[in-house]
Parts: sequence; structure tokens; C-alpha cells
Amino acid sequence: MGVSELLASALRMSVPILLTALGAVYTERAGVVNIGLEGMMIAGTFWGAVGSFYYGPFVGVLLGMLAGMLLALIHAVASVTFKINQIVSGVAMNILAAGLTRFLCIQFFSMATTSPQVHSFKAWSIPLLDQVSFLKPVVTGVSPLIVVALLLVPVTYYVLNRTVFGLRLRSVGENPLAADTLGVNVTLTQYAGVLISGALAGLAGTYLAVEHTGMYIEGMTQGRGFIALAAMIFGNWAPVGAMWASFLFGLSESISFRVVASKIPYQFIKMIPYVVTLVVLAGVIRRATPPAADGVPYERGGE
Amino acid sequence: MSSTTGAEIVRLEGVTKRFPGVLANDRVDLSIMGGEIHAIVGENGAGKSTLMKILYGLYRPDSGTIYLRGAKQSIDGPGRAVALGIGMVHQHFMLIPAFTVTENIILGHEPSRTFLNFKKVATHIGELCRKYGFSLDPGAPVSSLSVGEQQRVEILKVLYRGADVLILDEPTAVLVPQEVAELFNNLRALKAAGKTIIFISHKLDEVLEIADRVSVLRQGRMVGTVEAARTDKRALAEMMVGRPVLFDLTKPQVTPGDVLLDVSGLTVPGRGTRPVVNAASFKVRAGEVYGIAGVEGNGQTELIEAVMGLRKPIAGAVHLQGQAATGLTPGELRRRGLAFIPEDRHKRGLVLPMTIWENLILGFHRDPGFSKPSGLNLKSIMSHSNEMKKRFDIRLSRLENPVLALSGGNQQKVILAREFSHDPRVIIASQPSRGLDIGATEFVHQQILKAKGAGKAVLLLSADLEEVMSLADRIGVIYNGEIVAELAADQVTPQELGLYMTGGKRQTREGVPA
Repeated sequence: MGVSELLASALRMSVPILLTALGAVYTERAGVVNIGLEGMMIAGTFWGAVGSFYYGPFVGVLLGMLAGMLLALIHAVASVTFKINQIVSGVAMNILAAGLTRFLCIQFFSMATTSPQVHSFKAWSIPLLDQVSFLKPVVTGVSPLIVVALLLVPVTYYVLNRTVFGLRLRSVGENPLAADTLGVNVTLTQYAGVLISGALAGLAGTYLAVEHTGMYIEGMTQGRGFIALAAMIFGNWAPVGAMWASFLFGLSESISFRVVASKIPYQFIKMIPYVVTLVVLAGVIRRATPPAADGVPYERGGE
Repeated sequence: MSSTTGAEIVRLEGVTKRFPGVLANDRVDLSIMGGEIHAIVGENGAGKSTLMKILYGLYRPDSGTIYLRGAKQSIDGPGRAVALGIGMVHQHFMLIPAFTVTENIILGHEPSRTFLNFKKVATHIGELCRKYGFSLDPGAPVSSLSVGEQQRVEILKVLYRGADVLILDEPTAVLVPQEVAELFNNLRALKAAGKTIIFISHKLDEVLEIADRVSVLRQGRMVGTVEAARTDKRALAEMMVGRPVLFDLTKPQVTPGDVLLDVSGLTVPGRGTRPVVNAASFKVRAGEVYGIAGVEGNGQTELIEAVMGLRKPIAGAVHLQGQAATGLTPGELRRRGLAFIPEDRHKRGLVLPMTIWENLILGFHRDPGFSKPSGLNLKSIMSHSNEMKKRFDIRLSRLENPVLALSGGNQQKVILAREFSHDPRVIIASQPSRGLDIGATEFVHQQILKAKGAGKAVLLLSADLEEVMSLADRIGVIYNGEIVAELAADQVTPQELGLYMTGGKRQTREGVPA
């Protein structure tokens, strides 16, 4: 078992976390906590599989993202428009997604917990780099979605820091009252942040089902939506930070796969990613600086 | 939009605004000339802010007309006001601390709809800064700026949007004297560039210094407009309050008694290696007001917090009425006769959403008079509250209303009533008149002098030199966490105090660390 194989596996494991963590960056920088990302990811796994099963992986991606966005829309209506507690609404999305998916799975596939095998994207090899023997496991058999996920890191950075949309998004998460008085449409901006997070979580779910496993399995997200939230916090609400944090979590996951043959009981090995999450958050949370108005519903005052 | 210096630029006619239970503006007429600095003064609740919010489109008037450059206008929102060249700098800044100066300025008014060209924007902002003599780094995060600099960002925001009528709502309330001087320089530069400035304030000295004309509001009505050069503080105050105002307080002559509060060598650790309070020592006697003067941020807040038991000192001792009181909890200190008027009445002095009567007994709610085995003794609390309302002249409609519904002056009266009604021996008053209007300030000052007359020891902390000098018997000057001088109030000039406060001079004598 070489280092490069481990890295290749870690990269593949970190992609769903990374995509969802980037989504979390958008929603939280807009001031809306979206703990329903896990549910949006679940919706992505199922609808990605459905789309891919019937029409191929492109439609899978499309449906997966739309499914995530639909749940995100419900979350936005509840928490932005109706100012319902964002945690409560997010938890509701998770429960809704889990229940609805099982119901729909029976409807579509006549099986409660899995789909049949679905089509995947044609894997890529990165030209030139695949000639380097050390990098070979990392750069061959690459899902296009991995490349998309990695490209989304600089894109997100650029959007947040160099576009009008990003400036307004961040302003809404920091001080919605100030943004409002300066003519920024707070509601619309928050909707945009939440919907983007849903789309990315849906894409992450699609990656899991279509690319990683080749089928939908109930519960296949295994709490990665929550781990992605942890990665976003660990990454200090920034895309590049979230990327490194996602990679750390991906690495711990791939390690947990590879030490199956040891004497330590399997269950303990499976805990590694979650223990890493806890340790990282406990150690990091104090110096993290969330957006100032994160999680606080904005209501126009009397004045 | 071109400026029209000399001609009338804004005209309000018969503007009336009614809120439930209050007539905030009652047929107000106002005429502002282009290129002037026009002050609008009045006590809290006189309707200054309401009038300006109407001009800025935040409120719609119930009746009345607004003319801009001679044309009748309906200003239905701030967006319309901005388009008409009116800008407002709010008293509470609308800034995003995590953003840079540039980001704060352009937010909501970005030069393009999609991508941000920070280079181009920074050049534009740099030009504005140079034109009006503002010193600001466009790339600095706002969180790293002083209050004065943050205010400059707010003014730049307004200028960036092309305003030529600037409304400044109580701009000096948050500034220290040096920052006020710089603000006034900026305002003069703006005036020289043809901008019209509407300056809301209740600080008459400042108004007389900066304004060309002054309009006075009282209880929602326009009392009149006068030229600043042809009036004085006394006349303005009388217009504001409706009766003559005493500016010279007569200190009651009391022979100081026993030392009631003795602070010796108190040292409080800071964030770095240097302590924020360094071996501070002073004594306050019965029947004496001891003032602590200093530029804000020199350790006075931490010193008071250490005395109050809110912060742990690493060295030194506090004695209250001759007994060791270091390290006691605030509750214990209060039971031993210490009263506290905190500098931030919203954060420390009151629980804003709670009712007035609840705030009046906070901390004393377990007193036998207010509680019974089954819970609070509402009957006695209400009679106490009504008595306090009368004794401290708290203007309120219902005791059940949340205290946040009260004006600043009345909120401070609630604190005074609570703290003074339990016969304390030592009173710590921190910035007791901050943000209050003339009438309320006068009341607070009288209460402090009354307490002194009644033989209480008062420790007064204030950023307002005039306040310290008019109330205190002795003044300790704090600089960089040290008491660098101790002076008799009647033997020192403001200039001399200023020199000690800025570290330009220090005393070396017994009892004061050199």
C-alpha cells in the first residue's frame, strides 16, 4: 500500500466533503446556517442515481443538483422568509430527505434501500502527469467531478472576494442591517447563498452515488454533510481553508478503509473520521471567526 | 449635481409626524442654505432625528412639504434621497467590521454589476480622501480603525454616492476631543468644497464652534433659527429647554470625612505583557467626589471593573469602608454599600427588554421588601417604583413597558434611582452623562452633588473634562494605566490636565508612582 495510492483514495473521499463544504461557505457567509446539507446530499445521492440510471450521468448531475436546491429552497423559505430557527429547519430537511428518499426509492426501483447499478462518467487521465509513476494512482481514472470540485475552490474564492455578488453575500452575513440600508436585497442574497449550498450538496451526493459507488445505497452519505460543516468551520468559512480541511477528513476516511486488517476492532477504525472531526473542532473552534450575523434571522427593525 | 452655494437648497414646510402617543414633529418649517453648516439642536426627544429621517426618506411625514433646490419632492425612501444628493451619517455606524474601507464604501453602490475592480475603486476613493483632507488607508479592515476613522468611512460612503447635502446625526457623541477637532477640520473642508452640512447635536459648545446657523427644536416644534455668531450657549440652552439652565454647578461645601474607598497599588493584567492598570492608588473620602480623567482606553474601564469585582487584579488591594474588599463579587460589594453607574448603560446598566419596574429592583430583588416566600412582592415593588418615578422624575407611560422604550436620559434615571435608593456609602459613576441631553445631564450632576452633600464618597470617571472639573474635588489623571497626577480641581486648568492626560507631563510625589 503506497503513499500515492493512499493520497489518491484520500482525494476521492474528500470530494463529496469538499463540494458540500464549499456550499456551506456560500450559505453561512450569507448568514444562514444550513445544517440540512446532509439531507440535501442524501437527495443528491438518490436523484443523481435516478437521473443517471435512466438518462446517463449528465442528467444525474442535473437532477441531483436540482433535488438539493429544492430542499434548499424549502429551507430558505422557512428560515429566511419566515425566520424559523435555522437549526430546526435544517434538521427538518434532513429528516424529510431521509424519509422521502426511501419512499421514492420503492416507487422508482421497487427496492427500499438501493438502486440498481447506474452509469458513471468516463474517467479521465490527466495528460503528462500520468507519466509520472508516483502520481499515477492520483491522476488516472479521475472522475470529472473531482476536477470540477477542485476548480470550484478558486472559483468560490474569486466569487466571494472579487465580484459584486460575493461582496453583497458577505455583507449580508456580517451586517444585514447595514447591507439593507445600502440597498442590498438581503432576502434575495440569502436565498442565493442557500440555493447554491443546496446545489453543491446535491452535486456531492450525486458524486457519491454515480461516481464513487455506481449506485444509490440508503445512508451512503454517512454524515458527510455534517463533516462538511465541520470542514467549513475548520477552514474558517473560506474556500481554500475548507479544501484543506476536507482533504484532512478525506484522508482520515481513507486511512480508516485501509487498516481493516489490523487487530483493532473494525468499529473503532470506522470511527477515525468522526473522532478527527471532533478533535479538530474542539481544538479549532476558539480561533475561528464566523460571519458576525451567521445564524441570526434578519428582521427589519422599526427604525 | 452642482452645489448651489448661497441659495436655499432644502426647505421644509409644515412637516408633521405623529407616532403612537407622540407628536414627534409639529408643523416644522426649516430652511437650509446651500454651502452652510446648519446645526439642529434640541433635547433628546425634541424631534431632531425624526425630522432628519423624514428628509432622508426613512419616515414619511403625515403632512407637510419638502422642497429641494426650489422643487417640491416626495422622498419615499433613502434610495430617492441619495438620488437627490442627500446623504446621512447615522449616529450608530452602519459599517461591516470584517470588510475593508473600500468594501464598506462601495457596498450597495458598486461601480459595475458583476466584477469588482478594486484598483479603479481605490483610486477613486483616494481622490475623494485627498480632496477633502481625509487620512484613511482604503485597504485597511474597518475593525482596525478608531471610532473617528470609522466615522470618516461613513462620511466617505455618503460622498462616494455623490451627496451634496450631508446629514450628520450626533456625530460627536462617540468621539474624543482630538477626534472632534479632526472631524471639524473635515467638515470645514467639505463646506469649502460647496457641500451643505446639517449637523444634529445637543452639545452647544460644538454647535457654536462649527455651525453658521442653528435651528432649535423643542418638543417637536421649531423654536427658531439663529445665526451662530449672534447667539451664545445660554440663549441656545434656554431656547432648547424652555427655561434658564444653570451651567455653573455649586459644589456643596462638605468637610471630607473618613476614607470610604481605598485603592492601593491595584494592577490589572492586560492582553500583552504590560498591565492595563499599573499600581493605581487613590483614596476617596466621605463627602468627596474624586474624578478620574484620561483619554479613553488608558485603563480607566479596567480599573473600575477591578474595583467592582468584575475583573481580577494581580496585585494591590481595595478597601471599602476600612474593610478588605479585594476579590469580592459585585453582589457582595453592593451589599456592603457600593453603588455602580456603569459606562455602558445598555450592556451593563440595564436589561433592555425587561420592564422598567424589573430594572428598578435588579440586584435588590431578593431584599425582604421586594420578595416574599412565594415570589416577588409586586405590591411593594410597584409602590417603590412609583416613588422612584416621582423622586427621580422618570418620564414613562407605564412601569410595565420595557426599559428600552425610554429615552437615554430616562434610562439613566432608572439606573440612578436603583443605585441611589439603597443608601450606598460609595458610588462609582462611570461616564454618567454620556449621550445625555442638557436637561438629563443637569439632573445627573445634581444627583451626584447631592450624594456628595449627603456624605457619600463618589468616584467619578469621565472622558468629559468639563464634567470632571465641575464635579470633582480632586482629580487623578490616568495615562497608560497609571495615575500620573493627582490634583485639586480648583487649582488646575484644562490645558494642564490635557498635558497630563496625553503623557506630556507627570507628577512625582509621594503616593503617586513616578
